[in-house]
Amino acid sequence: MFDSTTLLRQRFAALRSGGEFFSLRHVRQSDQHLSVRKNVAEPPSLGRDEGAMLTVRVSGVEAYAATADLSQSGLQQALDRAEALARQIAAHALLDLRDQPVATARADYLSPDMDSAFPSLAECFELLNQESASVPADERLVNWQVSLGLSTVEQIYLNSAGAELRHAQRLVFPGFGVTAFDGSDSQTRTLGRDNFGQQGGFDVIQRCGLPGAGKRIADEALQLLLAPNTPSGQRDLLLMPDQMMLQIHESIGHPLELDRILGDERNYAGTSFVKASDFGHLQYGSKLLNVTFDPEIREELASYSHDDDGTPATRQFLIRDGLLVRPLGGALSQFRSGLDGVANSRACSWNRAPIDRMANLNVEPGDKSLEQLIGGIEKGILMRTNRSWSIDDARNKFQFGCEWGQLIENGELKGVVKNPNYRGISSNFWRNLSAVGDASTFQVLGTPNCGKGEPNQVVRVGHASPACVFSQIDVFGGDA
Amino acid sequence: MADHFLHGFNSLVDWLRANVRPPEQFTLSYAGERSQFIRLNHAKVRQAGDVQQSSASLKLIAEGRQADLRLTLSGDHKIDCQRLAEALEQLRQTLPLIPQDPYLQLNEQAWDSRHQQQAPLPDNAEVLARIEAGAGDLDLVGILAAGPICRGFASSHGAFGWHQANSFNFDWSLFHANGQAVKANYAGQVWDPQGLDRRLARAREQLEYLGRPLKTLAPGQYRAYFAPSAMEEIVDLLGWGGFSAQAVANKNCPLQRLYAGEATLSPLVSIAEQVSGSISPAFSGEGYPRSDLRLIDQGRALEQLTSARSAAEFQRQANGAEAWESPSALSMAAGDLAQADVLKALGTGLYINNLWYLNYSDQPAARITGLTRFACFWVENGEIQAPVSTMRFDDSVYSLLGSQLEALTLEREMLLSASTYGQRQTGSSHLPGALVKRLTLTL
Repeated sequence: MFDSTTLLRQRFAALRSGGEFFSLRHVRQSDQHLSVRKNVAEPPSLGRDEGAMLTVRVSGVEAYAATADLSQSGLQQALDRAEALARQIAAHALLDLRDQPVATARADYLSPDMDSAFPSLAECFELLNQESASVPADERLVNWQVSLGLSTVEQIYLNSAGAELRHAQRLVFPGFGVTAFDGSDSQTRTLGRDNFGQQGGFDVIQRCGLPGAGKRIADEALQLLLAPNTPSGQRDLLLMPDQMMLQIHESIGHPLELDRILGDERNYAGTSFVKASDFGHLQYGSKLLNVTFDPEIREELASYSHDDDGTPATRQFLIRDGLLVRPLGGALSQFRSGLDGVANSRACSWNRAPIDRMANLNVEPGDKSLEQLIGGIEKGILMRTNRSWSIDDARNKFQFGCEWGQLIENGELKGVVKNPNYRGISSNFWRNLSAVGDASTFQVLGTPNCGKGEPNQVVRVGHASPACVFSQIDVFGGDA
Repeated sequence: MADHFLHGFNSLVDWLRANVRPPEQFTLSYAGERSQFIRLNHAKVRQAGDVQQSSASLKLIAEGRQADLRLTLSGDHKIDCQRLAEALEQLRQTLPLIPQDPYLQLNEQAWDSRHQQQAPLPDNAEVLARIEAGAGDLDLVGILAAGPICRGFASSHGAFGWHQANSFNFDWSLFHANGQAVKANYAGQVWDPQGLDRRLARAREQLEYLGRPLKTLAPGQYRAYFAPSAMEEIVDLLGWGGFSAQAVANKNCPLQRLYAGEATLSPLVSIAEQVSGSISPAFSGEGYPRSDLRLIDQGRALEQLTSARSAAEFQRQANGAEAWESPSALSMAAGDLAQADVLKALGTGLYINNLWYLNYSDQPAARITGLTRFACFWVENGEIQAPVSTMRFDDSVYSLLGSQLEALTLEREMLLSASTYGQRQTGSSHLPGALVKRLTLTL
């Protein structure tokens, strides 16, 4: 682990720059994606990636250059290109960073159980084959796929102020999906996939619930095929954690990103209905809503000690008792806005520069068991597992769809319904939060696919949440 | 720089041909770029960088088994051959661990395809000065991406493909003080400063309309016109599985009922994967020359994008689709509505320049939802009245491009992908605008 350190230190020490500050961020990643579809193993897809980003600040103007040539001359050339670019754009630069502090920390961070062996490729295929074979024979089950993604990432950050930050993370993404088809309609039920990923080892696969899940997933797909459509109208909505994560992501995470509020993303990812002046003043949700940026849940996808600019990461409340208190803004956005933020300046790899991203963004548990949540609903619906997401560029008007719906009448769970969708407006929706599940309903989830930025970047984000109830939400079904 | 990429690719191919031992076979696909990214906010440079990267995807095949490894290249011949040797060794150790692949299919043709374009790209300082002059005091935000892009392919059967082109893509928005914005793009392979000036001037004109008081529409049904950039969002969504042989076979296709013959689109709708004349490579990363395909003809489904694996599994002909079977050079046939007559033909309704964040509310029914974004106007009696606040729609493709489609425009726009996920993309869409009799707004 970190076996490039000595060489990188030497090469970094030998770099020459006319800038007042420069840094090197080296990333080495290996990937393995395995999949078995309908009991046939797909070709394994492996990956090895390594490169470095050199960033330089010249008279308060920063620019970067990314290269996979890690030789002394390759790194020096990249630094020279960055410096030339910084000088070239100086007359047009938006920001003067001469007074922005730089990182000086030195630390190492490892995923939990980083040293423990992960099952071999052959053992992984054995597990996937076993799970695939557990899907029962039924001609309506037309497709199913079991998959396992594994990424190991090492990052070493060095800068001219003496910082040295090393991260080594192992990330695991299990997935299972079954599609049932009746000649006209099709329904898919999944486990994991884009709704689950964690840091760790084989324990992640177990926590996902993959082993032994085939029969249940297949049965639920068939149940959906036979189920009526979700009825239209207003109901109390019980969202389970694997839909809560999407709700948090789209209608709290993105609108609180400070670079969006500062306008950087207006051409692509969008802006925000939240204004800089709202922090400390806006009642974002009901008093039951508590949201944290939490890099300290070890297995959660984006737990780390420092972000990619070298800012130390600590747990912070973004929303406390419903009141908006802090944005998702890294050191640069904090410098630009004068607001306190968090350590969320992140890049997807060595070839993209850090920007404000979600990391681990969680809703804190409340005091109700699942039975109490259901028992408190007179006319409602339970929804689980996101399958469709759409929200406006200011992150306000949303419409989300789930795989699984179940009606709730007079405090009891009733029949399954298909195509459960709901829509609302972020700024109103969270104020309708009427009950929050306790720790027994709390799950640590995450997704590998959060897109943003120009140039575009996809990063991994963690979301942990209890089940939650929202009163009087507009729900509806599909056409089929 | 482009010659450097080609030289590097040739070195890798030579090394593999010397070191892959029969009965082993290989395919090698390659991607390289040198990109400058200049990100703007408030018409100033927010972030600027230079990215040099290249990667190779090596597939090793032996005894009915196959495995792939993608590796980043350093650009140094010696180091990259060493990395390739390590990758080859890893794949050799992997193959015995996996079962034989019943859907393994290789193109054994020794085809040759070469395309190189090295038109000069403009200097950053010149472009920034031009943008600053054109934007003036306007609030401009966006990104300029420019530089050479390369794609390559070679196989142990003697196939060789090389595609290299210099290109630029300036994708930006102008914001009015009231928060309304107009989106524009100037992209291509030959830089013309006047071309940029014209687009900036056109966007500035549209911005003037955005200063009018905002109109808020109630949910309901409206006549609507989708400009080509709005149509791009719809066809992009359909592109994810809509024309895929695997999605059709596995019943995950949003156009399942169209391919089953149970539903039709309007006879006005004809959609093709039009590789010839596009800016994307003439070969796939799987090693198949890409052919032009008629996907939908006069409202009825025809061909499907078929990868090598789908070809073997579903007994079809591979036709140059990548493994994910999405179009990358989609072309929709023009109609007969002159662009100049669009407002008049719309009469009273919604003029939609852009859509945003589309997804399915019921995929088997091809029912989609999404939002208006950037410069959408309320029109009365053929005249623009006011910008409209963001609205959500929820409607079926079989309605929007089927029973409710009134006309397509005579003129089409060639829209080059501004996507830079992982690397700069070479996709494009050639699209008309569409006039629909009824669009359902829900929120």
